[in-house]
Amino acid sequence: MSRLFAVVNVLGKMILVFGLTMLVPLGLALWGNDGARFVFEASILITMSSGLFMWLVTRRYKRELQTRDGFLLVVLVWSVLPVFAMLPLLFYLPELNLSMAYFEAVSGLTATGGTVLTGLDALPPSINLWRGEIVWLGGMGLIVLAVAILPLLGVGGRQMLKAEIPGPMKENKLTPRIAETAKGLWSVYAGLTLICILAYKWAGMDWFDAVMHAFTTLGLGGFSSHDASYGYWNSPRIELVAIIFMLIAGINFATHFLAWRAKSLISYRYDSEVGLYVMIVLGSCIGLAFYLWFVDIYTDPLTALRYAAFNIVSVATTTGYSNTDYSLWPIFIPLWMLFLSGFCTSSGSTGGGIKMMRARILYQQVYREMLTIMHPNAVIPAKLGGNVVAGRVVFAVLVFLFVYIASIVLMTLILTLSGLDVITSFSAAVACINNLGPGLGNIGPATTYASLTDLQIWVCSFAMLLGRLEFFTLLVIFTPAFWRK
Amino acid sequence: MKIIILGAGQVGSSVAESLVSEANDITMVDVDPNRLALLQDRLDLRTVAGNASHPSVLVNAGAEDADMILAVTEHDETNLVACKLAATLFNTPTKIARIRSAEYLKHPEIFSTQNFCVDFAICPEQILTEYIEKLIEFPEALQVLDFAAGRVRLVAVRALKGGSLVGQQLQELRKHVPNVDTRVAAIFRKDRPIIPEGDTIIEAEDEVFFIAAAEDIRIVMRELRKMDKPVKRVMIAGGGKIGKRLGETLEKDYQVRIIEHNYQASERLAAELNNVLVLHGDATDETLLESENIAEMDMFCALTNDDENNIMSALLAKRMGAHKVISLINRRAYVDLVQSSGIDIAISPAQVTIGSLLAYVRHGDVAAVHSLRRGAAEALELVAHGDAKSSNVVGRKIEEIKLPKGATIGAVVRGLPKTTGIFGENLFAEQGTASRASSNNAQVIIAHHDTVIETEDHVILFVINRKMIREVEKLFQVNVGFL
Repeated sequence: MSRLFAVVNVLGKMILVFGLTMLVPLGLALWGNDGARFVFEASILITMSSGLFMWLVTRRYKRELQTRDGFLLVVLVWSVLPVFAMLPLLFYLPELNLSMAYFEAVSGLTATGGTVLTGLDALPPSINLWRGEIVWLGGMGLIVLAVAILPLLGVGGRQMLKAEIPGPMKENKLTPRIAETAKGLWSVYAGLTLICILAYKWAGMDWFDAVMHAFTTLGLGGFSSHDASYGYWNSPRIELVAIIFMLIAGINFATHFLAWRAKSLISYRYDSEVGLYVMIVLGSCIGLAFYLWFVDIYTDPLTALRYAAFNIVSVATTTGYSNTDYSLWPIFIPLWMLFLSGFCTSSGSTGGGIKMMRARILYQQVYREMLTIMHPNAVIPAKLGGNVVAGRVVFAVLVFLFVYIASIVLMTLILTLSGLDVITSFSAAVACINNLGPGLGNIGPATTYASLTDLQIWVCSFAMLLGRLEFFTLLVIFTPAFWRK
Repeated sequence: MKIIILGAGQVGSSVAESLVSEANDITMVDVDPNRLALLQDRLDLRTVAGNASHPSVLVNAGAEDADMILAVTEHDETNLVACKLAATLFNTPTKIARIRSAEYLKHPEIFSTQNFCVDFAICPEQILTEYIEKLIEFPEALQVLDFAAGRVRLVAVRALKGGSLVGQQLQELRKHVPNVDTRVAAIFRKDRPIIPEGDTIIEAEDEVFFIAAAEDIRIVMRELRKMDKPVKRVMIAGGGKIGKRLGETLEKDYQVRIIEHNYQASERLAAELNNVLVLHGDATDETLLESENIAEMDMFCALTNDDENNIMSALLAKRMGAHKVISLINRRAYVDLVQSSGIDIAISPAQVTIGSLLAYVRHGDVAAVHSLRRGAAEALELVAHGDAKSSNVVGRKIEEIKLPKGATIGAVVRGLPKTTGIFGENLFAEQGTASRASSNNAQVIIAHHDTVIETEDHVILFVINRKMIREVEKLFQVNVGFL
């Protein structure tokens, strides 16, 4: 049990700090006097006292964390913090039940963006800001943030970072010290968010919406403060800003960091994911825009391009904004969009799915297999951008893909068993595991997850955590071997 | 000249052999006394056993009054340090080092006098690679040699039935291709040299050496034999230094396959080469060759460091239908053995690379030296200096120059900048292209009896027998009065 206590000790400190982040919406509530002041005061009180309690009770178990503790901590952080993050929602909306509130909080922290709330425009700004803020915090990663600002994780921080940052290869350190790396990533993230806020303001949003949407754009979350999402503004200029920043957030932040440090764009050329990612997403936009125009959904090609580009970039980067109900388009298009969301974003970005790098490695593996049939003696390494990918990594990627597909199949089956139709079940599984947000059918872009039963909601919450922590970090906790002494 | 050679390996001993015969004082340094003893039995030279990068060993070898140090040990690092020591401690005038690793060659500035003091860095693997690359570019040729930074080429080609000039007099050539100027420098018929005259009749199976501007080579070759189709598929046996370099240079323009028997080495090779198919296996394994479609290969190059393997795999490849096979053969006895055995071209690495070293040892201003016909003949690029008074060459028509019989002037290159041609062209790609660009306005003049040599001309000479070289060199030396 001492392991659990040692982890809870660190968790307590993190909850304590997490409570402090609620001061931001509290400040807005006080300033705007929007009626959510007591909600946040109560939430902060509960959060911080729980954190303090956990910390003090387990104080004598405090020790340097080991690799295994790291997995446990990451899983606990990601499953317990939503409990506190949902408090303001729970207090402000008494009709919201516990599973719905937890779903909303997980959806925010994992930057998924599927919501159970309607009447968003009527919510106090501070509540909406909080929804945006948790997306932003979770987008870059809670552990990354903790490593960057709290010196509490010590040497074990690197292991935990590995357990949280998405992507197949994480050995590539940007700076000698892990804390510096984490700080660098967060600085770039925060800097880009700031630019995004200004761009939104310039494009026509008010300050509050600009901040809230910049949070959810860079985090690739997709929460909006309007029920109509981007359809509220109906402004091509705002949509263009969103497209640009969603594309940026879908790129590995380590690459942004290198570009920023070297003050040159050369690092993008050496990134093995960027080129293909941009090509596939933009190619799909043009192709599907042509299709939309061809089947006369839109009579004007430019309008077709506008709607195609915004929704496809939004879904492919696993953000989840929409400016029209794309589930009404010919079924091929939304399915293609769901497919894109599975692999387009880069490792180390704030997006979900299997990541472009894994997709490329898988493609390479297919090519290798075929070449080996023709040349049995050939030695063909899997390569990415001129570098050899170790056989172990290729194997890990294959296993990852298996678990990914198995999870989608399993989730779909559970959801159909619970009474949902196939399209809704399947799209819910894909949208949650890819951290995308809106699906099709009952949970399409024009509706919410609110129609789902409690069981279905819990399955979806679990799927989001599974996707965000890339399966193994979460699943390893459930193996008996993990708990053996 | 007093020359110290560090390292008695393949290149070291071949250079020693060739320099001893040209009346130089050679001291050989190596860590292995047995190897030195063997060498001393065979050649007239002094030997010192010891680490070539130790000052005391260099002193023992007579570094204090040596004119030249040739660092060709197997370690680049030893060679670099030896050159630095020679410069610092003994002020040796000329320091030549063999540098194999591309890591060092990528940064030529480390060879400067402030750093490692290497006057000339030579990379035998690079020279060999370029040599083979040219043979792949011109699959009909036996040898293609560059002069004047690639402006002029000397090509050896076997005359075959089907060439329009075969069976006709040499002077017909001008009528066949009136726009192309070329000069046949020598003909070898059944290994015996014939000095070509206008009425010499070319027979099938003659080995013809001709000199022409680089762009005219194909046209002249077409006169001597029917042309092969251009090479597309190349198979290389052996993924060592040479195999890898060749793969790297060829991968853009050809379909290349490399067979390597060591699994780790083939993995490394596959990691570094992007468009090459690396095969793990034995190049003498006929099932492997069969399954990799050896019969469809335009060129098979056996480049391992094992002579026997090279010969066997090349013979096997030829038997199984490879269009043309090339084999690296280090041992001289084997080269003679495999002549006319089915191997199209046998390359002796020492002979190919030795020319670059010899260019420095020679008297007078020698820009390039190439060994031909296993060292029996030689082609030189000499720079003429002085004026009509001080030189025996400048200001004279070619027919007036008293060349020994068997030496022919093939071409003259005028207007090359002074620095080019001084050997550098083979070393670093950057330098090579730079010199090529700056020599664009140079003029290639194919020699005729009335061509007049001017000062600073690069004269390309063909010498049937190496013994005449001293005489030729003397001819090009400027009389003392000039200085």
